[in-house]
Amino acid sequence: MSVTATQKRGLGSAIWDYLTTVDHKKIAHLYLAGGGLFFILGGIEALLIRIQLMKPENDFVSAGLYNEIITMHGTTMIFLAAMPLLLGLMNAAMPLQIGARDVAFPFLNSLGFWLFMLGGILLNCSWFMGGAPDAGWTAYAPLSTTSPGHGVDFYILGLQIAGAGTLMGGINFLVTIINMRAPGMTYMRMPLFTWTTFITSILILFAFPALTIGLFLLMFERLFGAAFFDVSLGGNAIIWQHLFWIFGHPEVYILILPCFGVFSDVFSTFSRKRLFGYTAMVFSTIVIAFLGFMVWAHHMFTVGLGPVANTIFSVATMAIAVPTGVKIFNWLATLWGGRITVNSAMLWSLAFIPSFTIGGMTGVMVATVAADYQYHDTYFVIAHFHYVIVGGTVFGIFAGLHYWWPKMFGRILNEALGKTAFWLFFIGFHLTFFIQHFLGLMGMPRRYWVFLEDQGLDTGNLISSIGAFFMAAGVIIFFINIIYTAAKGEKVSGDPYDGRTLEWSIASPPPHYNFKQLPLVRGLDPLWIEKMEGNGKMTPAEPLGDIHMPNNSFIPFMISFGLFIAGFGFIYHNDNMIGTIAMFGGMAIALLSMLTRSVKDDLGYHISKEELEKEAE
Amino acid sequence: MSHHDVLHPETLPAEPEKATLEGRNKYLGFWFFLGGETVLFASLFGTYISLRNSTADGPSAHDMFGLDLVFIMTILLLTSSLTSVYAMYHMKNNAFKKMMLWLGITGLLGLGFLSLEIYEFTHYITEYGFTFRSSAFGSAFYTLVGFHGGHVTFGILWLASLMIRNAKRGLNLYNAPKFNTFSLYWHFIDVVWVFVFTVVYLMGKVG
Repeated sequence: MSVTATQKRGLGSAIWDYLTTVDHKKIAHLYLAGGGLFFILGGIEALLIRIQLMKPENDFVSAGLYNEIITMHGTTMIFLAAMPLLLGLMNAAMPLQIGARDVAFPFLNSLGFWLFMLGGILLNCSWFMGGAPDAGWTAYAPLSTTSPGHGVDFYILGLQIAGAGTLMGGINFLVTIINMRAPGMTYMRMPLFTWTTFITSILILFAFPALTIGLFLLMFERLFGAAFFDVSLGGNAIIWQHLFWIFGHPEVYILILPCFGVFSDVFSTFSRKRLFGYTAMVFSTIVIAFLGFMVWAHHMFTVGLGPVANTIFSVATMAIAVPTGVKIFNWLATLWGGRITVNSAMLWSLAFIPSFTIGGMTGVMVATVAADYQYHDTYFVIAHFHYVIVGGTVFGIFAGLHYWWPKMFGRILNEALGKTAFWLFFIGFHLTFFIQHFLGLMGMPRRYWVFLEDQGLDTGNLISSIGAFFMAAGVIIFFINIIYTAAKGEKVSGDPYDGRTLEWSIASPPPHYNFKQLPLVRGLDPLWIEKMEGNGKMTPAEPLGDIHMPNNSFIPFMISFGLFIAGFGFIYHNDNMIGTIAMFGGMAIALLSMLTRSVKDDLGYHISKEELEKEAE
Repeated sequence: MSHHDVLHPETLPAEPEKATLEGRNKYLGFWFFLGGETVLFASLFGTYISLRNSTADGPSAHDMFGLDLVFIMTILLLTSSLTSVYAMYHMKNNAFKKMMLWLGITGLLGLGFLSLEIYEFTHYITEYGFTFRSSAFGSAFYTLVGFHGGHVTFGILWLASLMIRNAKRGLNLYNAPKFNTFSLYWHFIDVVWVFVFTVVYLMGKVG
């Protein structure tokens, strides 16, 4: 591939380029496209839920289909929408923020994406192959082990494949941040988004293997006749809950911490101040991550673990409010006295503070064991976690998309459309979920497909459903904004916001090698320092020289495709011969692709100094 | 560093596995991977410990396990860890043939371990009718020990492909990190076996 490959290419070659790319910036596009697609699917499922619950004893969908919809809504939004969108933002921004030319393992980066994408597609194939999983996104045994049909099998195999991809992403980012920072970019000079990417990757690394094992046990039980959760053979269904939540609680911090990083960068940029309490922000992130591993049993207060266990997990959970509070106050102090610009990215960030704080307060409420016996499995819990996941993660993703869109694509998202989308979504969000606190307190249980008339639940549910349509309208306008911007959006320079960090020191979109010469970092907010000292741009840390770049590869897709085929094989191997063939054939494709990767030397290529000089002219 | 310097270095540095950025990335990344593997096995151990007495009136650990066979398996695997250390020692001295010899011995010891494990499983199935499906204990036992055995199998295949691929070209800065990564992996599955031996077999027989 030549540096000057800017001439028009056909659609086929563009597709082939994305199928084989190992460039973190293009992989970011893929993650955002894949995550965006599943976000739409999960959103449609949410709308179906709210239509069903719009009036008492509605029969819009059947009870069985409702179970499938709520299961797929949760699973899709967590694993296939929120996480990939965050991984997309990380891929787009983090290597640029530390002054790196790519990630540590470009091949694994591509493999991680294709595993996620094909795992997600496998999971969603269940809709067309006898029904989606219906045991809830938590898939508690024995409900999940006895669920008829193959729905839950799709859940198991789909998540297993997608989860492997996420784990690779985590390891990749960790090594990238440790080994590939530009000269002078010490740990305590890294932007907060890079820090939260780092801490999130640690959470991914230590949390996902518990899910891997949980899914293996469930798979062995359902497809190979094991007895882990089968009480008649001595099994214990609670093991699943433990493994799931040992993964599942860190998972919610995996979802929120990167957004904390986005907000920190956005607040600092648009208040034109360095982040208040940078050190405290870093350490509170670490403390949240550490405590995040010690609180899983607060999802299991009503299981009967006993008062001592419940108390310990309750106290540990409440302790998380402290570092989170530190963050809230630091963001407020960053805004205090700043020269504030309120644009779309900033609106999403400003709205996050009160919304997330409400979710945090109800979090302390549900962490109180005695009270949780009342809240458990009611709409109060639904309201709580949507306030933190939508009010935190979704707001953070929108803020990050608005913030880095010009860096990724060279065009800035339209502000009028952006603000309209925000207000519709923001109003809709509170309309949908605030009322659910009260529905829960009035005793409306979660997961039920109907509620009865005249129990005080009618109006609340109607309001909630109306809110959902406002949110949908906001999302639709956001997608219109994307199309509009792609067609007619305003082109911007490399530094449209008068930015502070390294990603704004290079062109938008960046050249595929990112930095022609690695920058010399002289402190926190390195670009801002140079601006304040009148240099206006980064000082290079090295003379112009050859740049080493990784080769594109089709093997990541082939490995993922092999596992995708094998996934169907595992699901159907008890039913027919084709299943067995697919199981062995798919594994053979995956393993032979891995072997090919192992035995074929792949040393990358060099962009010569002369080419770089010629390009500059 | 040009491709030629990576594939045909004139002299090999003291730590060829960490001489390139790719090598250092691989080294660090693999340590992180082993951190994830630790949680993976910890989850399996937790499951096993909570189900190890759930025999559903089938054979128990105490009825079946024989420590002499497991002792031989342990010796084989621990020795293979030592021989992989020898191999890495020779790698750092750029003694390719000696490295390959010790890696070969490592692989053979691993095969010996694996054969005994297959024999052991067959023995439980035929003598006691103790299978993956007979009780929660059976599921937990075969899953934990089988996951370890699966790791050993994968390691042997990995080692074989590495040795065959590089048999004729000697050491360079491209394949040294690969050999070193294998060695890290092999130590890890060895350490896991120490826990399997203690938690599954010793506690099963004595505890």
